[in-house]
Amino acid sequence: MENEKYLKDISDIKHLMSRSSRFISLSGLAGVFAGCYAILGTVVAEILLAEHNSAIASLRLSSINAEILMRLFLVAIAVLVLAIVTAVFLTTRKAKKTGEKTWDSTSKRLLINFFAPLTAGGIFCLVLLQYGLIGLIAPCMLIFYGLALIHASKYTFGDLRSLGYSNLILGLIATQFLSYGLYFWAIGFGLFHIVYGIWMYNKYDRRNA
Amino acid sequence: MKNIIININKAFDHRVRLGIMSVLMVNEYADFTSLKELLGVTDGNIASHIKALEKKGYVTVEKSFIDRKPNTRYSATKTGRKDFQKHIDAIESLLNQKNQKL
Repeated sequence: MENEKYLKDISDIKHLMSRSSRFISLSGLAGVFAGCYAILGTVVAEILLAEHNSAIASLRLSSINAEILMRLFLVAIAVLVLAIVTAVFLTTRKAKKTGEKTWDSTSKRLLINFFAPLTAGGIFCLVLLQYGLIGLIAPCMLIFYGLALIHASKYTFGDLRSLGYSNLILGLIATQFLSYGLYFWAIGFGLFHIVYGIWMYNKYDRRNA
Repeated sequence: MKNIIININKAFDHRVRLGIMSVLMVNEYADFTSLKELLGVTDGNIASHIKALEKKGYVTVEKSFIDRKPNTRYSATKTGRKDFQKHIDAIESLLNQKNQKL
């Protein structure tokens, strides 16, 4: 009898500690969608590049012309916007189902801590573009994205950390294979997201769905 | 066995007080409304339990104004954190002992 009371105490403590400091409505399914968009985006980019020159050659440092660069940039932005819109939609839906709030101190904290390193990375990638260091952009995106995830994992599911480290390591490896940036990008933002999303969905969402 | 029971702290031996301390352990501070929402209890209920913790020196209260609206922030004191940790440890070792006996 007394035992049960203490067991309940401990589970209450754990529950409140995580609910008050971590945002736990993040949807796993959103990761799967983000991954699919990224792979689609890569395919579109491949086609765009193939239309111009042979794909591999044009991915080499600074041998890309301004027009195709602009198109690639737009594809990247489209992938980003689609991924964010889907994530917001699915996360709101999940929060409603479980009766949590979407916009509170935990989600604000998560967003600030995620976007601070990511924005710095984004600006840095634009600088690389400015100096024509095209080959380094994909590895840089992966590295900064990985760091942002590792940083943000403290404010949501800890599992996010492993996705962060995977992207970080992949980004560092990609620095040694500059002409294959697009493929590394597809693995990091596409494949890793899908694997991670399915894993998260099975672990947290399926029970409540 | 005896010294475990000594560490079970009467001041935390209530669902609401346990809840308040849990939230304050992992957050720098929490305001009245978020505590209320997290614990799902009434204003008066929270207030009286916070007062009790404050008297013990486990919680500090900081009143200020945000956009001209009164805002009350609560945070756990060093003693509060230390004693609450002891309390959790005591519960856990108590549970462990009972499990071993079974």
